[in-house]
Amino acid sequence: MNNRVSDQDNLVSVRDLTFSRGNKKIFDDISLDFQRGKVTAIMGPSGTGKTTMLKLIGGQLFPDKGTVFVDGQNVHKLRRADLYTLRKRLGMLFQSGALLTDMSVFDNVAFPLREHTQLPESMIRTLVLMKLQAVGLRGASQLMPNELSGGMARRVALARAIALDPMMIMYDEPFTGQDPISMGVLVHLIKSLNNILGLTSIIVSHDVHDTMAIADYIYVLSGGKIVGQGTPKEIQESDSEWVQQFMTGAADGPVHFHYPAKDYIDDLMSSGKRY
Amino acid sequence: MDFIEGLGRSSRISFNKLGRATHFLIQTISGVMSVLMRPRLLTKQLYSVGVMSFLIITISGLFVGMVLGLQGYYTLSDFGAEETLGVMVAASLVRELGPVVSALLFAGRAGSALTAEIGLMKATEQLSGMEMMAIDPIKRIITPRFLAGLISMPLLAGIFSAVGIVGGQIVGSGLLGVDEGAYWSQMQASIDFYDDIINGVIKSIVFGFVASWIALFEGYDAIPTSEGVSRATTRTVVNSAFTILGLDFILTALMFGDH
Repeated sequence: MNNRVSDQDNLVSVRDLTFSRGNKKIFDDISLDFQRGKVTAIMGPSGTGKTTMLKLIGGQLFPDKGTVFVDGQNVHKLRRADLYTLRKRLGMLFQSGALLTDMSVFDNVAFPLREHTQLPESMIRTLVLMKLQAVGLRGASQLMPNELSGGMARRVALARAIALDPMMIMYDEPFTGQDPISMGVLVHLIKSLNNILGLTSIIVSHDVHDTMAIADYIYVLSGGKIVGQGTPKEIQESDSEWVQQFMTGAADGPVHFHYPAKDYIDDLMSSGKRY
Repeated sequence: MDFIEGLGRSSRISFNKLGRATHFLIQTISGVMSVLMRPRLLTKQLYSVGVMSFLIITISGLFVGMVLGLQGYYTLSDFGAEETLGVMVAASLVRELGPVVSALLFAGRAGSALTAEIGLMKATEQLSGMEMMAIDPIKRIITPRFLAGLISMPLLAGIFSAVGIVGGQIVGSGLLGVDEGAYWSQMQASIDFYDDIINGVIKSIVFGFVASWIALFEGYDAIPTSEGVSRATTRTVVNSAFTILGLDFILTALMFGDH
């Protein structure tokens, strides 16, 4: 994908990125591009660092090596104030929703507007109701987060993420743990918001079916490397063992079923320690 | 060799944590101006940190004062000095027990709640969410709570001492027959505004500062799991108690050492 579009067409460019946690290398010299106005998915087995990639793009984590450009700005070279200015133009949907539990749905969506703008309360009310209407939860505006289902919480978080009309939204596992109806609603919302508002979307997911349905381009990560990339069709037809194991959900393959361990028989025969 | 290695490792971990805590404190204090510009953030926290601690402070103060009245009377009456009960109760409360016991109660009631709240906010990605919304969680969440603790603590200590003095009077004059006029007048004559009251207030401000700092830092630094938050809450209470008692000794030596 590095050469498929010009740099100006990419809203986010990740170049030669290396990132480790302790001794474990999460990313090993990888480069990715995220095209403006498109839905790009990052897929891969659990623990491959998909969420870490979003945090690196958002400037919450620092890479060991490499650069991340968002809208032409090197995220990790920005001063704090400039980083915060950039983040106002980015929305992020966390896996848990990350709603503020001491505020109602209305106040959660109003939160970024009240913090970052001097708009009068009447206008904030109008904007909040419009955002909640877009996700179908205007009627739930007075509920508290603990009164929402998981799917509703994510939709409220989505309304909050678009409150400041960002240029890009990052979705962290938006479909995990959702029932089919909530999943369908979220898929529809992500696609329609992307098209109607002209957003750029990055989706981190391991839900193959629904992500393939809405993504324009897909990266498959495993073992710190990009093991596959392309349009959903190209990914489906990929002859990479890694990609095929992930797409078909095979229990064993390049990604082993067993966590690395010493020999099974040796382990059983040894005295071991009691914990 | 293992012992030295372990000592080195734990020292490094401790210094590392102290560094993080200091950095956290500097960031917290740097947000004070922005919180003062938005007093609503502060009043909300003053309610949950200060007002919600009022009941436990008042009831504890009353009983501590009553016990002081009882114990003081039995000791003083041996010397025929029960008229000075008011001085003994007031001096004990204003100089020592007021600031120390109310700070320990504050750490147990408000400090543990602050740690659990911040730790859970971290575990449920609320703090990360704020950062991604370009809102500094230290300024928006931590600093108002820190300031609320700093303001509430001397007020709670004052209430503790005042209620305790009344408790001592109820037992001393009401039950044991100490002259009420003597109780109050001896107290008025002997308790010095600067040496006793102001020094007590200074102590309670220092205790409020460290108790709030420890509680907020432990929450912010907690491992974002249920066990991590639980351990952080325990550390808040234990570390606050040690720090308050240690600092009390140092402050007492500095304030009253030349008497």
